[in-house]
Amino acid sequence: MRVRKNIATSDEGFIFNPTTGDSFSANTIGAEIINLLKKDLALKEVADIICDKYDVDRSLFERDLEDFTLQLKDYSILE
Amino acid sequence: MKRKIIIGVTALNAIDSPGPGVAVIRAIRECPDFDVRIIGLSYESLEPGLYMHDLVDKTYQIPYPSAGTDSLLNRLKYIHEIENLELIIPNFDAELYNFIKLSDQLKALGIATFLPDFEQFEARDKIKLFDFGKKFDFFVPEDKIIHEFRELKKLEDEFDYPMVVKGKFYDAIIANTMDQVEKAYHKILAKWGLPIIVQEFIKGTEINIAALGDGLGNAISIIPMRKLYITDKGKAWAGITLDDETLIELARKFVTVTKWRGGCELEVMLTQDGKPYIMEVNPRFPAWIYLTAAAGQNQPAALVKMALGEKPQPYADYEVGKIFIRYSWDLITDIREFQKISGNGEL
Repeated sequence: MRVRKNIATSDEGFIFNPTTGDSFSANTIGAEIINLLKKDLALKEVADIICDKYDVDRSLFERDLEDFTLQLKDYSILE
Repeated sequence: MKRKIIIGVTALNAIDSPGPGVAVIRAIRECPDFDVRIIGLSYESLEPGLYMHDLVDKTYQIPYPSAGTDSLLNRLKYIHEIENLELIIPNFDAELYNFIKLSDQLKALGIATFLPDFEQFEARDKIKLFDFGKKFDFFVPEDKIIHEFRELKKLEDEFDYPMVVKGKFYDAIIANTMDQVEKAYHKILAKWGLPIIVQEFIKGTEINIAALGDGLGNAISIIPMRKLYITDKGKAWAGITLDDETLIELARKFVTVTKWRGGCELEVMLTQDGKPYIMEVNPRFPAWIYLTAAAGQNQPAALVKMALGEKPQPYADYEVGKIFIRYSWDLITDIREFQKISGNGEL
């Protein structure tokens, strides 16, 4: 699951899709996940990093991560 | 050294449904290669551009297109004697026919234009758009050209609701019932006359593309823009430049197959499954044309260069994510100014 090549993101969580002109705002954790996905990490690796860093239930996070990535795909941010 | 040039520009109606004139002038004035004198050519005394003296040096009223080419030519000759016009950039759909017809006579007077020829102009006409799309393999909505009221009843056999009812020059109304179709017909008929075009409704994202062709099949510039904010008249109040190769290729193909000469605007509906439907092709620059200059491809300036015989290289890059936001501004003037233009036809 990859972030499309031309998607622009900022550290603050602003996402711009230059193909469609759509822009979105993600919260801090959303922005962090997108930045990890931009590094071509697998979802499992993203989950490893976030769960190591924050006090979060892994299965709950994986469910949320799946929802989030489905949303990103729906908005053509992920390939 | 800057080249001095005197250019006549129409469509100074920078109103809520604006003409492109003021944006065209703004872009040309920003080009470092020219030292321009702008002669406004107006139809109405309250076109805001007339009073923007930092953009327009002098304005003359010209006759409405319905007055015909003779009366337009006579007026232009008078203006030319005083101003020594070198180029005219007409920007209204309704006036283009007359300017194209006069282009040779204007050339003989020493006034250049850079317009499509009649064949190019007619090919993209709303009335022929469907055939044009079929011929060159573009996605275009199905349509029906209506010449009399009773033809409306038959539409229900051919199209589902909603339908789009359009005037031959401007206006488009979405109608969800036959009653609404009939009302739209009368409203547009009163304003623009016959025929009226009824088009299949295409659902999708509205994209506009400003393109400039050199008349030999080459696109000098192509900038796609998505409307971010739309007025009740369907005009863009804000828009953003896009990076979409499909849209750029679509415009390039249009310019190539028509050998388009001058500026144009493709109105495109991009469907959910990625099909770019050409809804309309406007044979002139759009009102948002200044965005092309702001994004790095100054289309009006490139048109001026081509009209003067230069051969500018096609632009390669532009800034994606450049946004325009239109705004209203109350320009204050004096009754004496209004009196000059409405009384003498000059300001």
